Amino acid sequence: MPDSAILIPSILNGLTMGALYALIALGLTLIYGVLHIINFAHGALLMVGLYAAYFLNARFGIDPYVALLIVPPLMFALGYALQRGIIGRASHGRDENILLATLGLAIVIENLALYFFRSDTRTIDVPYAFETVSVLGAFIPLPKVVAFFGALVTAAFLWLFMSRTATGRAIRAISKERKGAELVGIDTEHIYGLSFGLGIACLGVAACLLLPTYYVTPQVGEGFILIAFTIVVLGGMGSFIGALLGGLIIGVVEAVSGLYLGESLGQIGIFVIFILVLLFRPTGLLGHKV
Amino acid sequence: MSEFSKRRITAGAGVNRRVFLAAGSAAVGLGITGFPAVLRAESQSVKIGLIHPVTGAISFSGTQCRAGAQLAIADINAAGGIKSLGGAKIEGVLGDSQGKPEIGASEVDKMVEQGVAGIVAGYSSAISLATSQEAAKSNTPHVVDVGVSDEIIKRGLKNTFRLAPGYGTVSGIAVDNLDKINKAAGSIAKTAVVVHEDSLFGTGTAKLLSAQLPKIGIELVDVIKHPTPTRDFTNIVLQIKAKNPDLIIPANYYNEYVLFARTLRQQQVKAKGIYSVLGGAASNYKFVHDFPEAAEGIMDCNHWFNPKSDLALQRKKAAEAKGLIYTYEVFLTYNAVALLADAIDRAGSTDKDKVIEALAASTWDKHGMPYGPTKFVNGQNEGAAPANTQVLGGEIEVIYPKEFASADAVFPMKS
Repeated sequence: MPDSAILIPSILNGLTMGALYALIALGLTLIYGVLHIINFAHGALLMVGLYAAYFLNARFGIDPYVALLIVPPLMFALGYALQRGIIGRASHGRDENILLATLGLAIVIENLALYFFRSDTRTIDVPYAFETVSVLGAFIPLPKVVAFFGALVTAAFLWLFMSRTATGRAIRAISKERKGAELVGIDTEHIYGLSFGLGIACLGVAACLLLPTYYVTPQVGEGFILIAFTIVVLGGMGSFIGALLGGLIIGVVEAVSGLYLGESLGQIGIFVIFILVLLFRPTGLLGHKV
Repeated sequence: MSEFSKRRITAGAGVNRRVFLAAGSAAVGLGITGFPAVLRAESQSVKIGLIHPVTGAISFSGTQCRAGAQLAIADINAAGGIKSLGGAKIEGVLGDSQGKPEIGASEVDKMVEQGVAGIVAGYSSAISLATSQEAAKSNTPHVVDVGVSDEIIKRGLKNTFRLAPGYGTVSGIAVDNLDKINKAAGSIAKTAVVVHEDSLFGTGTAKLLSAQLPKIGIELVDVIKHPTPTRDFTNIVLQIKAKNPDLIIPANYYNEYVLFARTLRQQQVKAKGIYSVLGGAASNYKFVHDFPEAAEGIMDCNHWFNPKSDLALQRKKAAEAKGLIYTYEVFLTYNAVALLADAIDRAGSTDKDKVIEALAASTWDKHGMPYGPTKFVNGQNEGAAPANTQVLGGEIEVIYPKEFASADAVFPMKS
C-alpha cells in the first residue's frame, strides 16, 4: 500500500495530466461531438503537431510556447485542407466512409512520418523543463502547470467562440439541422472545414504544451487517442466544459488507481469510471439528450 | 511411300544434319555464354528473413535492429558474399512484427514460403519466443538478435540460437558487479527499488533481481511495474521518493526510460546510484546526447561492444557515418546476421539441417564483443556476457569487466 502522504501530490499530478488529456480531447469533441465525424486520425495529427513544434525548436530555436503562435494556425490550415480536400470528398456524406477516410489518413500520416523521420524518439531540451512549482508540498513541473492553464484558456476560448460568434452559431446550427442550415444560406462545406480546422488547431496547442515534458515518435499519438475518445464520451459529446471536466477526472482516476492498483492495472480505473457514467448518465456528464 | 513422305524423310535427313550442326554450334555457344549462366545460378542470392518491430510502441529499437542487419548484409556482400556458394549475395527479406508476437509469427510463415535460408528476429523477448517457435515448425534456422528471456532458449528448439547473453546471465553479472562497486564504496547501498516494464523482459529481469539482490545485502523495498507505453511516471517516482532507496534499478524500453529519468529530476529524487539492468538508455548515445545532465553517473549492465576491439570500433564508425546512433540493437543484430551468414558459408548450402548443424558447431569470433569464440550449448552462446557501463563526463565508459574497462566506477553518483 503506498504512503498516504503521496496521495495529494498524486492527485495534483493527475489534474495536470488530465488537463493535457483534455486539451487533446477538446479538438476531438468539436469534430466528433458537434460534426459527428469520428476522427481516427486525431492521434496521427497530434503527432504532426508535435513534430512541427519539435522542428521549430530544433531547427530555428523557437520555444514551444512561442510556437503556439505558429503551430495552431498551421494545424488549422492543415485541418481545413484535409476536410475539404480528402475527408469531405471521400465521405460522400456517409458516416462509415468518414470513418474509413480518417482511419486511412491516420495510416498514411503515420507511415509518412516513419519514412521521413524514422522511428527515432525525439525530445527537446528547454531551460524550464525541470523547473517545478511547489503546491501543497508537491513538486509540479512548470510545463505541466502551463499546460493546465493552457487547457482552461483553450476550453474557455472555444466556448466563447461557439456561443458568441456567427461562425460558432453556424457550427451549432449545422450540428443540429444541416438541411435547415443550408436553407438559410450557411455554406456547410466551408463550416465543416472550419470546424475540422479548429479541432486540429486545438491539437496544435496541445502539441506545443506537451512537448516540453514529452517526446515525439511517429506512433506517439496512439497512446492518447483512446483516452481522448473516452473523455469526449464521458464529458458529453460536444461539450467543451464536459471535455475539460472529463479530462481532469480521467487524469485523477488514472493517477489514484495507478497508485493503489499499480501502473499496469491502474488503467482499469479509467474504464470503470467510464462504464459507470454511461450506466447512470448515458449522455455523458454535461451532454444533452438529442 | 507417298511423295510427301519421301520429301519429309529427305528433308528430315537434311534438316537433321543442319540441326545437328546448329545444335553443336549452339552447344558451343552455350558453353561460352551459358557458363556464366550456370555461375549465375550458383550465385543466386541467399534470402535471410529479418523480422523487427519497425512500427508500434517499440519501433525505435526495431528500426535500429533492422539498420544493424542491413549494415551487416552490405558488409558481407561487399566482401564477396557467401563464398562457398560462389559469392552468392545475401538478400534481406524485411518483416514488421508491429511489436506483436502473433504478427511476428505470421511474418515467419510468409518468409518460409519465400524460401529464406534463415531468420533473424525479433528484438523483444515475447516476439522472439513466437518467431523462433514458428520457425521451428519448418526447421528454419533462427538467430535471436536481442530477446533476453531465458525461456527462448530453454524450450530446446533445435533451430534457435542466441549469440548474446540472456537475462539470467545478465542479472547475475549485474548483481555481482554491483556488489563489487558497492563494497569498494564501503557498502553504502543497502536498499533498492526495481522499476520494470510489465512484459516478459522486464518481469523476468525483476524476478531474478528480487532473488539475487538480498544475497549481496541489498534489501528490495519495492518492485514497481508499468505498461509500455506509460504516459506519465510521476506516480511511480512519488512512490520511489516515499521509499527513499539507495539504488534505483530500471529495466524498461527507451521512451519510458526517458520519461522516467526526466521525472526523477523533476521530482528531485536523490539516490546514491541509478543502476540499470538491460535498461538501455544509460548505454545509449542518444540518451547521453539528449540528456547529458540527467545521464551523468548512471550505470547500466547491458549488451556492449568491446571498446578495445578495432573491429568493433570500425563498425561503430561506419554506422555513425551513416547517421545511425550506435545502440546495442544495431551491433547485436549486425552480429546475429553475420553469425547466420558465417554458418551458411561453412555449411556451403542453404539446406536447413546443414545450416543448423553449422550454427551449433560455430566458433565464430568476428563479433567485436567482450566474448570469446562462440560456443553454443542448446542454442545459447555460453561465452556471452554483458558489460557494465557508466556515463562519465558525457561519455559512455566501460567499468566492468576489468579487462575491457575504459574507466573506474564512480559511486555514489554525484548529485
